[in-house]
Amino acid sequence: MRIEALIMIGVALFFAMTGVIYWFWGYEQGGTVMLIGTTALGLLPGTYYYWWSRRMKPRPEDRPDATMEEGAGVIGAFPDSSVWPFVLGMGLFLVVLSVVFGLWLLAPGFALVVSAAVGVTAESRRGGTV
Amino acid sequence: MTVLAERPQVAHEHPEHHEGPTGILKWLTSTDHKVIGMNYMITSLVMFFLAGIMALFIRAQLTSPSGAVLSPQQFNELFTMHGSLMLYLFAGPFAFGGLANYIVPLQVGAPDMAFPRLNALSYWLYLSGSITMLMGFMVAGGAAAFGWVAYAPLSEPTFSPGSGPDLWILALALTGFSAIFTGVNLITTIFYLRAPGMTMFRMPIFTWNMLVTALLILIAFPILTAAVVLLFADRHFGTHIYTVQGGGVPVLYQNLFWFFGHPEVYILALPYFGIATDVIPVFSRKPLFGYKGMTFATMSIAALSTGVWAHHMFTTGVVLLPFFSLLSLLIAVPTGIKFFNWIGTMWRGQITFATPMLFSVGFLFAFLMGGLTGVMLASPPIDFVTHDTYFVVAHFHQVLFGTAVFAGFSGFYFWYPKFTGRMYRESLGKAHFWLMFIGFWVTFMPQYQLGLEGMPRRVATYPSGLGWQFLNRMSTVGAFIIALSFAVFLVNLWVSWRKPVPAGDNPWDAHALEWFATSPPVHHNFTKLPPIRSERPVWDFHHPESLTVRHDHSSGGTS
Amino acid sequence: MNDPTNGTVAPVRLQRRLLTVVAAIALPVVLGGCQVPRFYGYRGATRQGHDEFMLYAGTFIAAIAVGAFTGLLILWAVVRYRRRSDEMPRQFQYHIPLEITYTIVPILMVLVLFGFTVIDENKVDAVVNHPDVTVNVYAFQWGWEFDYPGAQVTIQGETSTDPDPVGPAGPSGPPCAPAIDCLGPGLVLPAGETAQINLRSRDVIHGFYVPEFNFSRYAQPGVLNQFDFTPTNAGVYRAQCTQFCGLYHSIMLFHVVAMAPAQFQAWLSAERSKNQPSPANTGGGNYPNVATTQNSPYTPVGGALSRRSTNRTKAPV
Repeated sequence: MRIEALIMIGVALFFAMTGVIYWFWGYEQGGTVMLIGTTALGLLPGTYYYWWSRRMKPRPEDRPDATMEEGAGVIGAFPDSSVWPFVLGMGLFLVVLSVVFGLWLLAPGFALVVSAAVGVTAESRRGGTV
Repeated sequence: MTVLAERPQVAHEHPEHHEGPTGILKWLTSTDHKVIGMNYMITSLVMFFLAGIMALFIRAQLTSPSGAVLSPQQFNELFTMHGSLMLYLFAGPFAFGGLANYIVPLQVGAPDMAFPRLNALSYWLYLSGSITMLMGFMVAGGAAAFGWVAYAPLSEPTFSPGSGPDLWILALALTGFSAIFTGVNLITTIFYLRAPGMTMFRMPIFTWNMLVTALLILIAFPILTAAVVLLFADRHFGTHIYTVQGGGVPVLYQNLFWFFGHPEVYILALPYFGIATDVIPVFSRKPLFGYKGMTFATMSIAALSTGVWAHHMFTTGVVLLPFFSLLSLLIAVPTGIKFFNWIGTMWRGQITFATPMLFSVGFLFAFLMGGLTGVMLASPPIDFVTHDTYFVVAHFHQVLFGTAVFAGFSGFYFWYPKFTGRMYRESLGKAHFWLMFIGFWVTFMPQYQLGLEGMPRRVATYPSGLGWQFLNRMSTVGAFIIALSFAVFLVNLWVSWRKPVPAGDNPWDAHALEWFATSPPVHHNFTKLPPIRSERPVWDFHHPESLTVRHDHSSGGTS
Repeated sequence: MNDPTNGTVAPVRLQRRLLTVVAAIALPVVLGGCQVPRFYGYRGATRQGHDEFMLYAGTFIAAIAVGAFTGLLILWAVVRYRRRSDEMPRQFQYHIPLEITYTIVPILMVLVLFGFTVIDENKVDAVVNHPDVTVNVYAFQWGWEFDYPGAQVTIQGETSTDPDPVGPAGPSGPPCAPAIDCLGPGLVLPAGETAQINLRSRDVIHGFYVPEFNFSRYAQPGVLNQFDFTPTNAGVYRAQCTQFCGLYHSIMLFHVVAMAPAQFQAWLSAERSKNQPSPANTGGGNYPNVATTQNSPYTPVGGALSRRSTNRTKAPV
């Protein structure tokens, strides 16, 4: 996990440095805020990964001499087919269109969004199709 | 951190598959990264086709100073939508939604992306967003007509009333979230789902570039969403964020937009660099030269690209010129490193010129010149002359066409056998390349001269008597040659579909893990995997006499 | 590898090759009267524009050199290393000294370019404290207004298609020519003296662009942009809006007339005395009736684009 952590921390360090230079050179507010935000974007996951990388044994994908047998077994849950992404997508589509074509579209839009939220939660609890 | 739980020492079994949905329901509910990737690729190629038609109309209008093909309003809508479709709906989604979705899990040895349902949602949001943007043509007042950048105050309701601009903004909200979700998916897949032995520095460069692209997506797209949401507020909620009348600051829009906009063009470029970096070693029969240098170059390009946004604003008079100029010039350095690494890969190789390699070499030439004109533009005094002229149009078309189109087709032809199990017709592929290559230079070289002579961009007409008609005419001819080459491509697809020639698992004797899977890959991709001891696991498996040197030097290898 | 010359003749051959290359570059320069080629750009009709041109020419030459070097390398690789046999090529993967070299050298080149850029940028952007003339330029959809505050003269025109007859010789000299460079309202400046432009916008962002001055700057609402022009010679220079500003952006033309200072003062006095607001579309004094689109060298798209010129002298406010 160490290299992943260093990538994110590298992001944070680069933007911290750039932000500082940019502020004291140009005193421009908008850009400085965005650069600080980007620093935070690297810092948050980066420190977390780094903290974890110090505490864990290297995973098989971190070790150059790992064998395939070490990675055997269930890797994770990969829901196979699910209608809820489509439902949620169409619901958000209608919600967005309602802004232009009439607020009445919010009704079917929200209905689809809510049903997708419920459906995907239930599906996850069930385990979904694999 | 359940993903890091110790893996059980049990042989992997395929659970029994119950028969899933079939037909259209299967398509609507699939969460398989390969199906989603294919969806993205086909939809984005349709957008490419539509945007290309718009370009042909634009070029037809500009063939003559008295062109009457389009009215000014139609022209303005068409160039806005041409740019918007190409940048938001084709180049990006084809790369990170299409190719990356399909290839990255295969290249790291994963069964799918980390969040399959989120992946599917990304596609449906992208499709909805594309339809939303195209709906602009059907509303009263027409589509958005303020350029793909939508500068305020021009995009404010006083100057751009109507629903077309609103639909444009909403489309960006939908496709923006689609991209953000894909970015999250890619990073998680690359960080957490690699196969044993696939350390970070053994991943193919395409995957590395997709990782960096995904990071850029997370950095850039939320800013775009913020910029256009604020614009929407100005348009509908009575705010004055970007208008002087209410105490707003119009140039804030440009700052926000370009903080997104510049990383965006590297989001568009990096995946395609990755494709070339995967293709060139295969067809040179050598490993990539300078693997680690390549990864650091990619990360440098991404980092620098986020610091150069105001080089699009040099002529505003209110930006810190030397800061942005220096960083923009510095991007040339890692880009140069990449070029020399590509050349070093080909050096002393045994190069064959199948269609993917032709397109990658074409990309090299196109991007070389486009990149150098970019260095010229990085210098503010030169930018004062060339900004908003056809010089810039030629520059960005060279770099974008060179990457998204040439390297994009390189990747498409390269992985076509993997996607379909069939081979395309090589002769048609070569014809496609040469027509497109010639058309490309004929279209865009005259535009450099036009720009230097003073022809601005986004103009529906120009004065006669300045000698610009000849150059414009040449450019139009080139555009139609490119269109012809695309027709050849479609014929190639049609013929290889109707009269299939089986391709096998690894027709190119290629290097990375996707070539170990079947063509197309089975459900959840791999039934078995080779040992991963270098960045070329499949090459090592097939060529034990020419093992790739391992960077960790854990055991010897020939060099 | 066989070397029939045994390495002794090689340095001489290299020398000869170098000489040929140097001659090939130097000879045209010398024969062309020691003038740098234009490289499709303009040499710059102002002092600031000429400074920019020198930077442009130098950068262009450097770009050609780098492009030729890299392009030839690529070409060489794809030609020389085409597959000749099934022999496995040597699988080399890195060469640290080479990689370091092609990291350091481009950094140095870029820093040099940056140095020249900063020097030039400061020259181009410099504004003097006491310019000889000050002009307030207002951009609006879709025309230009030039206001000489010191002299109480204002010129305004929009989407004009007719020539401005004031040529570089002044109000008593020949009319503006060539016609193609004279479209739209004319910004008159004294040659050899420094004019300071205060650029503002009345509505959206516009681009003030004079190609032969090698210069452009945005006119933005809420922002005042100030820059200097020191035209080197009398002349007429076409110009237009360069930042997309809406429906008639394409024909938001104007031009710049540089004339000798004495003639400039004469023109300014003549303009000031023509104080009356003129009826629409006919202009007053030296300005002829509006030319219609038939005899204009610039035929806009269809009928929708043609709008009557409103070249007129505004009464001082």
